[in-house]
Formats: sequence, C-alpha cells, structure tokens
Amino acid sequence: MADTIASDDPFSGDERRTLLALVGAVIPASAKHAVPGADDPAIAADIVATARPYHETIAAALSHLESMAMQRFDTGYADLDPVSRARLARELTRSRFAGVGTLVTITAQCYYRDDRVMQSLGMDARPPFPQGFDVPQGDWSLLDPVRRRGRIYKIP
Amino acid sequence: MTDSVDVLIVGAGASGAAVAWSLAETRMRIVCLEQGDWMNPLEYPSTGRDWEARGFGDMSISPNRRGRETDYPVNDANSPISVANFNAVGGSTILYAGHFPRFHPSDFRVKTLDGVADDWPIDYQTLEPFYAENDRMMGTSGLAGDPAYPPKESVMPPVPLGRAGEAIAKGFNELGWHWWPSDTAIATEAYDGRDKCINLGACSSGCAQGAKASTDITYWPHAVRAGVEVRTRCRVREIAVNGQGMASGVVYFDRDGVEHFQPAEVVIVACNGVGTPRLLLNSTSGRFPDGIANTSGLVGRNLMFHPYASIQGVFDEPLDGYQGPGVCIWSQEFYETDPNRDFVRGYTYEINRGRGPVATALAGMFSDRIPFGDGHHDAYRQLFKRIAGMVGICEDLPEEHNTVTLDPELTDGHGIPAPRIDYTLSENSRRMLDHAVARATEVLEAAGAKDVITEAPIGVGGWHLMGTARMGIDPERSVVNEWGRSHDVRNLFIVDGSIFVTSAGVNPTRTIQALALYIADSMKNRLANLFD
Ligand SMILES: Cc1cc2nc3c(=O)[nH]c(=O)nc-3n(C[C@H](O)[C@H](O)[C@H](O)COP(=O)(O)OP(=O)(O)OC[C@H]3O[C@@H](n4cnc5c(N)ncnc54)[C@H](O)[C@@H]3O)c2cc1C
Ligand code: SF4
Repeated sequence: MADTIASDDPFSGDERRTLLALVGAVIPASAKHAVPGADDPAIAADIVATARPYHETIAAALSHLESMAMQRFDTGYADLDPVSRARLARELTRSRFAGVGTLVTITAQCYYRDDRVMQSLGMDARPPFPQGFDVPQGDWSLLDPVRRRGRIYKIP
Repeated sequence: MTDSVDVLIVGAGASGAAVAWSLAETRMRIVCLEQGDWMNPLEYPSTGRDWEARGFGDMSISPNRRGRETDYPVNDANSPISVANFNAVGGSTILYAGHFPRFHPSDFRVKTLDGVADDWPIDYQTLEPFYAENDRMMGTSGLAGDPAYPPKESVMPPVPLGRAGEAIAKGFNELGWHWWPSDTAIATEAYDGRDKCINLGACSSGCAQGAKASTDITYWPHAVRAGVEVRTRCRVREIAVNGQGMASGVVYFDRDGVEHFQPAEVVIVACNGVGTPRLLLNSTSGRFPDGIANTSGLVGRNLMFHPYASIQGVFDEPLDGYQGPGVCIWSQEFYETDPNRDFVRGYTYEINRGRGPVATALAGMFSDRIPFGDGHHDAYRQLFKRIAGMVGICEDLPEEHNTVTLDPELTDGHGIPAPRIDYTLSENSRRMLDHAVARATEVLEAAGAKDVITEAPIGVGGWHLMGTARMGIDPERSVVNEWGRSHDVRNLFIVDGSIFVTSAGVNPTRTIQALALYIADSMKNRLANLFD
C-alpha cells in the first residue's frame, strides 16, 4: 500500500488521519489543566502502537465514521470542527459499533499513563511498584457502635 | 510410560497447593500436573506504567480475552455472567483480590434453616481447625471480634481503613448497620518470607510485592521443599480407569505437545468448578460412558457463580482512588435469611476503595458522566479519586439446569473439548441483587455520595466457580462423599470448589482450602484402608 507509513503499521495514512481526529476530539488538549490532547504526537504514537492488534475492527469503525461525516456534512471526518467530531464519536460509541469501544478504551489507557497527564492529576509519573503508596489507617473508633450492638450471626 | 506415583494431583491452584502440602508429610511420591507456568512477579503489571492496560490484555481475568497458550477457552455465550480464572502455579489466586471470609455456621444448614437446596454433610465445627491451619499457611489479616462470626483469630492486623473505608463506615454507622474490617489473604506485616503490603492497588493483576497470598508463594514453596514435584505446562486430557473401575492414572500433553500416560495410585482433581467437570466429562470409558465419577449424572450440574452487584458512589472529597488493596471493610448486615424479605439467604458487601486513572476515565466515558470533547477534563476531575463503593456478593442457590458441559466444537490448543456454560439468573438472585443495590445506595448516600453508579449482575464477574461435583452422603444425589472421595471411583478425590453443596454469600477460597486440608487429613487418617 502506497500510503502505509511504516512497514509494520497496519493503519493506512487515511486511517491514521481519521484515528487522530477521533482521539483528539474525544480527549482534547486543555490550557486550563495544562494537558495535551490524545492527538499529541507521543500519546498518539502510543495509541497507534497499542491499537495494532485490533486494526481490523478499528479500521471498520473509522470507515463508518467517515461515511457518517460524508452523509451528514459532505466532508471528511478529520475536516469537521471538533464539536461535530466529538458528537459523531459519541453517537457511534453509544450504538456499540465494534471497534469504537476498543479505540476509546485504548485512548484512555494511553492518555492516562502519559507523564504530563499524570502530573497534572497530582500523581507521581511512575508505576506503582516498587515504591507503593501510603494509605492512612483511618479512625478505628468508628467500630465502637458496631461492637456495642453485639452478635448478629445465627447458630443453626 | 512413566513410573507410577502414589498421588497425582491435577491443578496447582488454591486447592491443589493445600492438599499437596498437607499430604507431603506422608512422604508418599506426589506429583502435581499443572497446565500453566510458574509466574514471575517482576513481570506483573504493577511494575510497569501500563499496569491498568494489561488488565485488559495478557493479565485479563477472562481466559478468552487473555488467550495465553496456557489458557483454555470457555464458551460462556449463554450466560449473563462470564468465567474469570487464571491458569498457572497458584491458579486463580494469582489474580484474586484476597477477600478471605469464612462461611458461617448457618451456611452448612440451608435446607434445615430455609427449606432450600441441601445441607452439607459436614459442618462449621468440622472445618474450624482447617480454617485455622489454612490461615497460618496463607497468612491472613483481619481483626478478631467480628460480631457476624463465631470467635476466630487473625494472624496479622487488618489492612488500613483509608479514606474510602472511613467514609463508607460512617455511612453504615449512620444507618446502624454492621461493618467490620475484612479478613484478607494479604500480609500486613512481613510473613513467612513475604513482604508486607505497600498499597500498590493492583492486586487483581498479580501482586509484585508478594504480600498477597497466591499459593505459588505460600503453600507451594513449602510443599516443593517437602518433596512434592510440580510439572508445569502439562495439560491433562483425561483420567484413565482400569478393569476394576479404579483410576489408573492420567493422559496428559507436555509443553512440547507430546502425549504421556502417568500412572498413579490415587488421583486428586483440583481444576476448579469449571476445569474439574470438564476433565471428568472428557474422561469417558466403557465403564463410565458419561464421564468418570458421573453415575449420579450430576457432574457439571448445579453450577454456582455468586451474582455480584456493583454500587459505586461519587464523593465530593478525594478518597483513596487507585491506592491500597482492593480489600477494605465488609458488611454482613443482610447475610442471614429474613422472612420479611422477598428472597431467601443473603449477601455480603465488600467495600472497594476506588479506581485507577484509566478505569475512572472508562467508567465516566461509558456512562456519559464524562463528555467527549470539551468538558472532558473538568468532568474527569470530578470523578478521579472520588469514586468508592461496594459490591454485594449474593448467595447463588444450586439449580441443576445451570451447567458446565463439553462444547461440541470449541477446543483448546491441544484439541481437547472446551467447557460450555449454560446459566440463568434465578428470580431469588434477581431480587437479592435489587435489594443489595437499594440498600447500598442508602449507605452511600448516608456517607455523602452525590451520585451512584450501579451494575447488577457484574457481567465479567464469574470468578467464583462452585457446585459442579457436589459432596453428599447419597451417591445418587452427589459426586463425592463427605470427605471428598468419588462415590464411583474409590481412588479418585476432588478438592476444589466443585464439591460445594451451596455457595454461601461470601468469597469461597478460604473454604475451598479448608476443605482441601480436611480431605487431606481424612486421607491421612485412613491411609491403611483408603479404598475400602
Ligand atoms: C479476578 C479474580 C478475583 C477473585 N477474587 C477472590 C477473592 O477476593 N476471594 C476469594 O475467595 N476468591 C476469589 N477469587 C476466586 C479464587 O481465585 C478461586 O476460588 C480459587 O483460586 C479456586 O481454587 P481452585 O483450586 O478450585 O482452582 P484454581 O485456583 O483456579 O486452580 C485450578 C488450576 O488447575 C489447572 N488446571 C485446570 N485444568 C487442568 C488440566 N486439564 N490439566 C492441568 N491443569 C489444569 C489450572 O491451570 C489452574 O491453575 C477470584 C478469582 C478471580 C479470577
Ligand atoms: S495492594 Fe498490597 S496486596 Fe495488593 S498488589 Fe499491592 S502490595 Fe500486593
């Protein structure tokens, strides 16, 4: 295929364009929260790589999205304004079209492990192991009324 | 043909490990065949940034989604609840959450108390010493004095309440309802060569810290040191019988796909509530045309799952989120039968601390609480670390039409017929789920939740597999006797959740293992006349 970007990348150039337009519409950049959108180059590369095994179903969803855009707006999906892109993506997700749910899931997986995004949420940009986390003991005196009430099990 | 062994165990999960360890002191030659591998905790998801994503992939709870070479497929299309398991040394304990409740005394007497299902042929007192022995081997944490149980000790202090536990405990207190720190199979102190829990929060995709008691790091090291041999990547196709109607050994495929026959004096099946009936049904012969040990026709029948309700609240304040073990506190306010309700038996609530960043996004986006496009980030931040709630674990009563059979087409990588599940949710379960959702909503609202997200039953929640080779005294109404021996084949034993008569309203593994230890003890006490 002439428009394939990398030899092991099953997504064609057109598919990739639609995919990026979709993920960027689902999670856009935000100046207020100082976070990139899911179409940020590093995050998008992660999404495309993660989506590879699901290429067939995702490509079918992307092509359906293109036809929806053509039918309703007489233009390609990537050329729509962000609000219309988000609306079409939401509609297709609600209709449970195979492949869209997978792509949205992968988008969330890749987006919410990006350093910049994690840091903006107050997280350390690291895996849980080996440092772990601190969880407070909490107030064990809350058990007092439970103790006062006494036994509740049945003896057969 | 290989040398005969004294005891051959199939399956190295929760029950296979316990029975192997207990029998090891006899110095018999014991071999365990396990289709999976030893796991390497350093490869568990919590060691990487993609820890949540891997829960949807190679460490998914669904064998069909995981599709590892060591897995077998399960056709569960005809069930509202799909099967969850793991196949490795440690079995499904590799992924389990480590909720570790015992059954209640009343659970063994449901026919007498409520006129439903059957009583067990054993009682709570019979299992009590084996519960305690298992607690020491697994290393349990909790707090003595739970008013919902007869007195029991705990090996280690409980896991922390945390912010989520504290918030929800206040909700229970507001309503005057029972709650207590959960008994867990999680080490809160260094224990038996394992390190203490450091709140990674990824317990259900393997504990890299070694705090969670999966049997590959509890029973197995002790059993192996005592001389038990574990052969991994060995998938058993069938149990063979001899002319006397005794099990003569098993046929299995090794890691290279080569078929072997392993002769044995005693065969113990520990493949779980789906794997065990599958193996028995695959073991046909002239004497047992419908599967070994199946003259009652009950192998594969009475499958019980525990329908789960998930009830999650959204709070204003940040709670624990992804930090801390999935286990926290429980409530057994609605555990025992109450004639004023429209269902019999009852359920346990287990409180969840929260969700990871990805799970939060998915919960929000798929329930329309987080919009696509503008508004995503503000809405996300209203949910992140602010979701906490509980699951209701409903007692599932045995019904013969809920079955594990052999799929006519689907097979595993060795061409062995795969299991097929046919299961319907009973009216009793439906009502219990509705009750669990309604009461939990009250708790969460009392705790200050401003929104409640529910799912009942949890579709992916077939993690408790029970009842498909039930125990009993009557050979026409049960598959194994009151100490785990097949009624039909006197050197064949079953030790996993298949032998449950009823499911109780709690997670099963502590009882599965106590039963396995009790069966091993019964065998040791009868060694001279085991086959009489
Ligand atoms: C996600 C998840 C969460 C859970 N959470 C909890 C919890 O919090 N508390 C709780 O009590 N329980 C929980 N459980 C259930 C718990 O893991 C099981 O009850 C327990 O592991 C069952 O023990 P078992 O010995 O019957 O079977 P398993 O532990 O499943 O072991 C069976 C073993 O047999 C092997 N096997 C099967 N067939 C063959 C064959 N033909 N040849 C060779 N080997 C074979 C399998 O590979 C497997 O390793 C959870 C389970 C899951 C999946
Ligand atoms: S929370 Fe504790 S038990 Fe769970 S994975 Fe982390 S260290 Fe292990």
